[in-house]
Amino acid sequence: MDALAVVTIFTLAVFVGFEVVSKVSSTLHTPLMSGANAIHGVILVGAIIVADHSENNLELGLSLVAIVLATINMVGGFVVTDRMLEMFKPKKQEEKK
Amino acid sequence: MSSTLYSLVGLAAGVAFILALKGLSHPKTARRGNLIGAFGATVATLSVFLYVTPPRDGGAAHSLPLHNFGLILGAIAVGLIIGVPAARKVEMTQMPQLVALFNGVGGGAAALVAIVEYMNLGASATTAEVIFTVFTVVVGCVSFSGSIITFMKLQELMTTRPVVFPGGRFVIAATLAAILGVSVWVVGALGTTPLLILALISLLFGVLFVLPVGGADVPIVISLLNAFTGLTVAASGYVLSSTLLIIAGTLVGASGTILTRLMAEAMGRSLFGTLFGAFTAKPQDVAAAGEERPVRSGSPDDVAILLNYARRVVIVPGFGLAVAQAQHTVRELADLMTSKGIDVAYGIHPVAGRMPGHMNVLLAEASVPYDQLAEMDEINPTFGQTDVAIVIGANDVVNPAAQTTPGCPIYGMPILEVSNAANIVFLKRSMRPGFAGIENELLYDPKTMLLFGDAKASLTKVVSALKAL
Repeated sequence: MDALAVVTIFTLAVFVGFEVVSKVSSTLHTPLMSGANAIHGVILVGAIIVADHSENNLELGLSLVAIVLATINMVGGFVVTDRMLEMFKPKKQEEKK
Repeated sequence: MSSTLYSLVGLAAGVAFILALKGLSHPKTARRGNLIGAFGATVATLSVFLYVTPPRDGGAAHSLPLHNFGLILGAIAVGLIIGVPAARKVEMTQMPQLVALFNGVGGGAAALVAIVEYMNLGASATTAEVIFTVFTVVVGCVSFSGSIITFMKLQELMTTRPVVFPGGRFVIAATLAAILGVSVWVVGALGTTPLLILALISLLFGVLFVLPVGGADVPIVISLLNAFTGLTVAASGYVLSSTLLIIAGTLVGASGTILTRLMAEAMGRSLFGTLFGAFTAKPQDVAAAGEERPVRSGSPDDVAILLNYARRVVIVPGFGLAVAQAQHTVRELADLMTSKGIDVAYGIHPVAGRMPGHMNVLLAEASVPYDQLAEMDEINPTFGQTDVAIVIGANDVVNPAAQTTPGCPIYGMPILEVSNAANIVFLKRSMRPGFAGIENELLYDPKTMLLFGDAKASLTKVVSALKAL
């Protein structure tokens, strides 16, 4: 992969990452942490790619474990974040609508 | 699926993650943000099944489905069977542990992906690829074992106090030096064995890194390890030539770092001190065994009478309230007081519970009106006009030692200044100190009344006593 392109993407993503969460009330720290946690579960994509590449049983076995772990991270993370946020359901705002 | 389409889907998923983080930063859009993130992740995962990365080394052309297709689906199914029920059934009080655990397995997955890809690349790996692999393995393993230790601390499978042993910092420094040394070896020698040795040392480092962290600082560590895992995902994205992984991982790494800093600020902790506590911590004297000192304990009737004649009451909920599942009872008490014309507010410490914002989640679960929840900066100036502060299952967040005793583990943490209220009522199970393991002088204050027992049982009795008045 072109090193310059990687550095560009990385740098821009750092700034975007900083910007989007720069002002968050402490009320939302827990769900935000949990949601960000779920996003890095997308390593599942990487785990599937290496499982496809695997050339022997050791590699395959390790990559299948990686798939299991990554799925737990991703799906579990999004589900648990949703459960948390469901409780924040702003009842008053619904009435206003 | 063509290579271009695959890349575009990856880009769309990256945008979805940005929108997700943005949405999660505001209460109104948080839930939608999370769903957008889940959607992006799902689409990205599906796209891999429809597109095969080109074979390397001019290998044989590759057609769909993926190799090991059935096994891949099977592994995903296993992950779903484990992950979904865990996420569905977990008690709200145990949320921090679960987040730590999910983060740990993510770090573990990233490290495994890097190890497999390294075995697979063999001698054809470029130096840059090896360096990124080493980074992923080291940080992924640290994140994995560190998260497991935070999980055990939060689940109280081990002591919540800082674990510091003599010479600990030399052991940690030596481990770190070993990681650097072996990393250089891996980059120079290119072999699977050194990489696995590196993984083992990194796992050990993760354990040593988190052990000296005290209970109160654990949330900061979870957030930091979360950012670490993000960076490992970004690094593995480089090795796997996946722009999506680079974007997603970097986003989490960057936002996680900011979030960690925000949390540390909210708790009045120095991030540096927390992180490098491992290097500076000295074995602490075990707190002098508390000699028996008189405390004033009261009955539910005493508390009810106190409340009945109050004009303003502030409720300070802590983790003990959540453990006793007393959120609903406390709301009942608040409603009853409001109906008697008493002004009621909840004072929420940013880290009440076990994680920043945890208490808000717990009270929202009991449908406590959002506008009664006051943040620390709002509520602190009002304690002077407060007749009664009811502290329910909280301890560290009201402990004046944070302001008065330099050197104690929570020194510098902003607290709810309940000591300014005319009367203080503590609902506690016992005289046992809080999560940070520090004695609270306030318990011995003459204007403090203690009501021992399970928070829910005590509150129920107070409610019926107050009704009878």
